[in-house]
Amino acid sequence: MTALGAGRARPRDLGVRVAENVLFAVGLPVLAVGLWAVWSTRSTNRFLVGPRALLDAFRQTWIGPAFVDDVLPSLYRLLIGLFASVLLGVAAGVVIGRLRPLREILEPLLEFFRAIPPPVLIPVAMLLLGITDTMKVVVIVSGAIWPILLNTIEGVRATDSVMMETAHSFRISRWDRLWLLILPAASPRIMTGVRQALSVALILMVISEMFASSAGLGYRIAYFQRNYLIAEMWSGILLLGLIGVFLAVAFGVVERRVLRWYHGMKEVNRG
Amino acid sequence: MADGSPLLRVEHLRKVYASGRGEVEAIGDLSFTMDPGELLCIVGPSGCGKTTLLKCLAGLLRPTSGLVEMEGSPVTGPSPAMAVVFQEYGRSLYPWLTVRGNVELPLRHKKLSRAERARAVADALDAVGLPQSARSHPWQLSGGMQQRVAIARAIAYQPDVLIMDEPFAAVDAQTRADLEDLVRELHLTRGISTVFVTHDIDESVYLGQRVLVLSNAPTRVQEDLVIDLPRERDQLTTRALPRFTELRTRVYEQIQRAKRGPIAAPRPAP
Repeated sequence: MTALGAGRARPRDLGVRVAENVLFAVGLPVLAVGLWAVWSTRSTNRFLVGPRALLDAFRQTWIGPAFVDDVLPSLYRLLIGLFASVLLGVAAGVVIGRLRPLREILEPLLEFFRAIPPPVLIPVAMLLLGITDTMKVVVIVSGAIWPILLNTIEGVRATDSVMMETAHSFRISRWDRLWLLILPAASPRIMTGVRQALSVALILMVISEMFASSAGLGYRIAYFQRNYLIAEMWSGILLLGLIGVFLAVAFGVVERRVLRWYHGMKEVNRG
Repeated sequence: MADGSPLLRVEHLRKVYASGRGEVEAIGDLSFTMDPGELLCIVGPSGCGKTTLLKCLAGLLRPTSGLVEMEGSPVTGPSPAMAVVFQEYGRSLYPWLTVRGNVELPLRHKKLSRAERARAVADALDAVGLPQSARSHPWQLSGGMQQRVAIARAIAYQPDVLIMDEPFAAVDAQTRADLEDLVRELHLTRGISTVFVTHDIDESVYLGQRVLVLSNAPTRVQEDLVIDLPRERDQLTTRALPRFTELRTRVYEQIQRAKRGPIAAPRPAP
């Protein structure tokens, strides 16, 4: 969209527009940080810190060995959990979505499991799996898999009947039908599920480390909080926010690639 | 086929759907044959089971009783000897594949080398007049062009019979005329045997060498009409011929009769 608009604009307009866009994007955050800085010089509340203190704490806490000891293991578990959720969710979703009897039997059960808040499973998982990486990944998967699974089932179920008939009439093999029809047809729904799963996975990554752990972002933040290292605690929260934003951006890039046809088609239909 | 035996033989075809309120007889008793290289149009009042018939021909539906035979062997499922062009091109082409990908799709399981496959795709796109659109996505093309892609996909598959289900019902009149001429041209230059299902009387007369008029449901053959118009046809002169008018009147009358109710033909024994 922007590329199209920029192509038509004259250079001067382009400069103005870029400046406008940048202003809109960063204007409010800059204003907020400014107000926050002013406010923090007057505040005496020791549980809230100013931007300077926060940045200092951030640099001292996370840039260095803590990155290797706490951040990387957390991210590693998060990514493994996400990949496992996508793999299991899509695979099970395709099977359940294609088999109507199976779907009818499982649907109430799936709704029930989905309704269970995953954090309550942490004590159970600890008993069954011990305090291990596996347990944390299982907790992440136990929450992140649902939006992917349910969206995949829905997407696969809704595969167009004429498209299926076309595949049958041309005797397209099962394998090709899966990869060239069913999965692409369900991909917009699958991507919706993955997007929802991202935030769930991040939450569960933190929570799974707060319960019983000796390393990880969640563990660190809880540790700082218990030891009244307030600026450090806030810096951990800032880092979590940044990770969340980074995940969303990375997902956006992948989504635009995978669903290029879908967005293109929607735009054509609108126009 | 050299011995003059029919390409397609339908005998006492009957299809009954089981529905909530009992059974619905979509096709009563249908028999006809089709010769190799023929362009056969099937017309009938709406709701007369044309699509059901076509799905039975294509092996997408099992008839309740009766027989569909292709080159002497019964059709029990989708056959490599048949390709279907559906009415809803928008739901029949895959929007995530390019035009080339769509045309190539049914060739994937044919044992062709890469080069042969590419040649088949290029040839088919050439035949429908879309050699430049190979890399586009279907949704970037107009409706008429999309249906051309669907036709290209069908002819790239190199079937013995091309089965078309009201393929031009969803495009505007001018596009429709162009597509009709394309079907004529493919038939003349490539000798593709074609079954063309339509509800449009003029279209059936303009396109067909033979028109099969179906009755209302439960469907039977109301009339089997040979279209004795010249081989070379064009939208203006052919449609202006007195014979064209006679034929279309004849088909029209038959359809009106079909709509009024079942003709007094003896019902077949079950």
